[in-house]
Amino acid sequence: MSAHGHAEGQLPHEPEKATLEGRNKILGFWIFLGAEVVLFGTLFSAFIALRHQVLDGPSASELFELPTVFAATMILLTSSLMSVFAVQAMHRHQVKSMIGWLVLTVLLGLAFLVLEIVEFNTYVSEGHRMNTSAFSSSFYTLVGFHGGHVAFGVLWISLLIAQIFKKGLTVVTAPKIYLSAIYWHFIDVVWVFIFTVVYLMGKVG
Amino acid sequence: MDWLTTVDHKKIGILYLLAGFIFFIIGGLEAILIRIQLIKPNNHFVGADTFNELITMHGTTMIFLAAMPMLFALMNAVVPLQIGARDVAFPFVNALGFWTFFFGGVLLNISWFVGDVPDAGWTSYVPLAGTTFNGTHGVDYYVIGLQIAGIGTLLGGINFMATIINMRAPGMSFMRMPLFTWAVFVTSILIVFAFPALTVGLVALMFDRLFQANFFEIGAGGNEVLWEHIFWIFGHPEVYILILPAFGVISEVVSTFSRKRLFGYSSMVFALVLIAFLGFMVWAHHMFTTGLGPVANALFSIGTMLIAVPTGVKIFNWLFTMWGGSIRFTTASLFGIGFIPTFVLGGVTGVMLASAPADYQYHDTYFVVAHFHYVIVGGLIMGIFAGLHYWWPKMFGRMLNERLGQLTFWTFFTGFHLTFFVQHFLGLLGMPRRVWTYLPNQGFDTMNLVSTIGAFLMGVGTIVFVINVIVTWAKPRNAADDPWEDGRSLEWSIPSPPPEYNFKQLPLVRGLDAWWKEKREGHTEMTPAEPAGPIHMPSPSILPFIMSVGLFIAGFGFMYHTYWLAGLGVLITFACMFLRSVFDDPGFHIDPKEEVHA
Repeated sequence: MSAHGHAEGQLPHEPEKATLEGRNKILGFWIFLGAEVVLFGTLFSAFIALRHQVLDGPSASELFELPTVFAATMILLTSSLMSVFAVQAMHRHQVKSMIGWLVLTVLLGLAFLVLEIVEFNTYVSEGHRMNTSAFSSSFYTLVGFHGGHVAFGVLWISLLIAQIFKKGLTVVTAPKIYLSAIYWHFIDVVWVFIFTVVYLMGKVG
Repeated sequence: MDWLTTVDHKKIGILYLLAGFIFFIIGGLEAILIRIQLIKPNNHFVGADTFNELITMHGTTMIFLAAMPMLFALMNAVVPLQIGARDVAFPFVNALGFWTFFFGGVLLNISWFVGDVPDAGWTSYVPLAGTTFNGTHGVDYYVIGLQIAGIGTLLGGINFMATIINMRAPGMSFMRMPLFTWAVFVTSILIVFAFPALTVGLVALMFDRLFQANFFEIGAGGNEVLWEHIFWIFGHPEVYILILPAFGVISEVVSTFSRKRLFGYSSMVFALVLIAFLGFMVWAHHMFTTGLGPVANALFSIGTMLIAVPTGVKIFNWLFTMWGGSIRFTTASLFGIGFIPTFVLGGVTGVMLASAPADYQYHDTYFVVAHFHYVIVGGLIMGIFAGLHYWWPKMFGRMLNERLGQLTFWTFFTGFHLTFFVQHFLGLLGMPRRVWTYLPNQGFDTMNLVSTIGAFLMGVGTIVFVINVIVTWAKPRNAADDPWEDGRSLEWSIPSPPPEYNFKQLPLVRGLDAWWKEKREGHTEMTPAEPAGPIHMPSPSILPFIMSVGLFIAGFGFMYHTYWLAGLGVLITFACMFLRSVFDDPGFHIDPKEEVHA
C-alpha cells in the first residue's frame, strides 16, 4: 500500500494512481462530485423558480455590475488553470514548481473571495438582504454555497501546500493534490453556470 | 471502547444493526400508540397534538433511522464478503457515516425530551412546517437531525459504490456479482443522486426557519410547491433505496433455499437498473392533486405504471427460481416466500394509485397508508428479517433458534396483514389519514379494532425476535462456515464470523455463484488468487465519533441561535478533518500464519 515497490525518490509517472488507496480516493471523489452536481442542480432549480420574485427589493438587472463579476470569473478560471499546471508539474515530479502553481491557485482563489465579499456588501447596502425576497434568499444561498466551496478549497489547498513542505511528494500526498485539483475545476464549472444563469440571465431579464 | 473506534466493516455493520433496531423499537412503540388511539371512535388516549407528533416521528424514525440503518447493517456485513474484499474502500468514512447517522437520529429524538416535537408529518410540507404555523423548535429538530443523518447516508452510498467498482476479487466481473451486491450497488447510485436534493431542501427550510429566508414564504414571493418537488425528487428514489436491497436479499434467500441458481440472473440485474432509472422520473405522482395539470399528471401516471414491468420481471423470476427447486422452509426462507405475495399486493395498489384520476379518490386516505405499509413493511421489513435470519450466523457465529424464528414469522406475518389489509377498505370508505380520531357508525369501527389487534401481534412478533436473539446469545459460538450447507456466494467460504481481514488469501472467482461452483467440483475452499502473506489493515480511530459529536453540538447551536456553540461544533469537526489530513495512517499488518501458531 505504500511505496515499497519503488526505490527511494523514484515516483511513478502518475503517483496519484500508484496505490489502490489512491485509485479508491480518486474514484470516490468523482462519485462525490456527482452528488455535488445534484446539490448545485437543486440549488439552481430553486433559484430559477424564484428569481423573478423580487417584491420591493432591487431586481437582478438593477443590482448586478457585470464588470466586477466578469473580473471574478476570469480570476477563478485562471486559478483553475494554475491548478492544471500544478498537476502537470506533479506528473513531472517537479515539487518546487508544483508548490509555486498551488500558491498561485490559492492566491487567485482568495482574490475571488475578496471580490465576492465586497460584492455582497454592496448588495446588502442597496437593500438586497437574505430576507428581502424569495429572489434574494435563493441568490444568497446558491452563490453563497459556491463561495463556501471556494473558501473550503482555499483552506484545503493551503493545508496541502504545508503538507508537501513537510512530507514531500509521495504516493500518499500525490492523490490529495490530484483530488484538490479536480475539486477546484468542479467549483470553476459551477461558477461558469452561476455566471450564465444568475448574472447574464439576470441582466437580460 | 473498541466499538467507538472501529473501522472494521463487520463491526460497523453490527453497530448499524443495534442502533437501527433500537430506533425500530422506538418507531414501533409510536405505531402502537397511534393504533391504540384509533382503536375506537372518539378516543382520547392521546391528544390531537400528540397524535401529530406521533405520526411524524413514526414515519421519520422508521424510514431514516430504522429501515435504512438496518439495510446498511446488512450491506456492511455482507457486501465486502460477497465481492471477496478485505474491507470497504474507505473504512474511516464508513465509521464516520455510522456516527453521523447515529447522532443525527439522537438529535431528532431528543425533541421528545425537550417537548418540541416535529409535527408536520414525515414529508414536512410547507407552509405547515414554516414558522407561521410552526413557531416552536419542533421542525428544527427534524431539519437538523435529518441533515446530519443524511450526511452519513450519503457517505455510505459513495463508499459502497467505490467499493463495488474497485475492490472486487480477481475474476469477479460485474455479471458474476451476487444479486444482493448488485442491489446494493444500484441502491448506492440512487443514494448518491437522490440525497443531495434532500440536503438542499432541508437547507432551504432551515434558512427559512432560522434566518428568515423566503424560499417557501408565499408573502415574500416564495413557492410552496417547490418544497413538494424537491422533497419528492429525493423522496421517490428513497423508496427504491429502501426496497432494492430487500429485493437483493430475497434473491439470495430464495435461490439458496431452493437449491437452484437464480432464474434469469441478467434480467434481474437489468430490472434493478431499470427500476432505479424510472424511479427518478416519477416523483410528481406524489403530487397528482397539487394541480400540475393533465399533461404532467398523464406523463407521470404512465411513467409510474411502467415500473410495474421490471418489478413484475423480478416477481416471476423468484417464482421460477422456486419452481422445481427443493425448497427448505427455514425462517429466512419463510420470510422470503411471504415477501412475494405481500409485495405483489403492495405493487398492485401502487399501480391503482398511479392512475391519476383514481388517485383523487385515494389521496390522503388510509388506502395510501395501506399501500406504502405493504411495500415498506411487507416488502422491506420482511426482507430485512429474511436477511437477518439468513446472515445471522455469518455476522455473529451463532444460528438463531429456528422454532422461535418460525414463531416470529407467523406472528409478524399474520399481524401485518391484520393491521394493513383492512386499511385498504377503510381508505376506500373514505377514512382520511393523519386525523387523530373519527366519529362512530361510519363503518370504520370494526376494521380499526382489527387493525389495532394486528399491530399488537406484530409487536409480539418483534418481541419473540428479541427473545430469540437473547437465547441465541447464551449459546456457544459454533456456526459452521457454510451453516445452511447450500451457500452459493463467497461469504460462505470463510469462517463464521470471519476473521478481521476476511480472506486469508483473496479468492479467485471462476463464475457466477463462485462458492457453489467450487463445491460442485469437490473443493472445500476457494482457489486463492495470491500467495499468503502479511495483510495490511487500517488503524482504528476515534475521529469519526468526535466529528459527529461536533456536528451534533453545532446542530443545537444553530437551532437555539447560540452561534458561539454552533461555531464550536463546526470547529471540532473541522479540527478532526485537519488531524485526519495531516497525520497519515500507516495502518498495521496481520500475518494469518502467525495467528494460527499463536
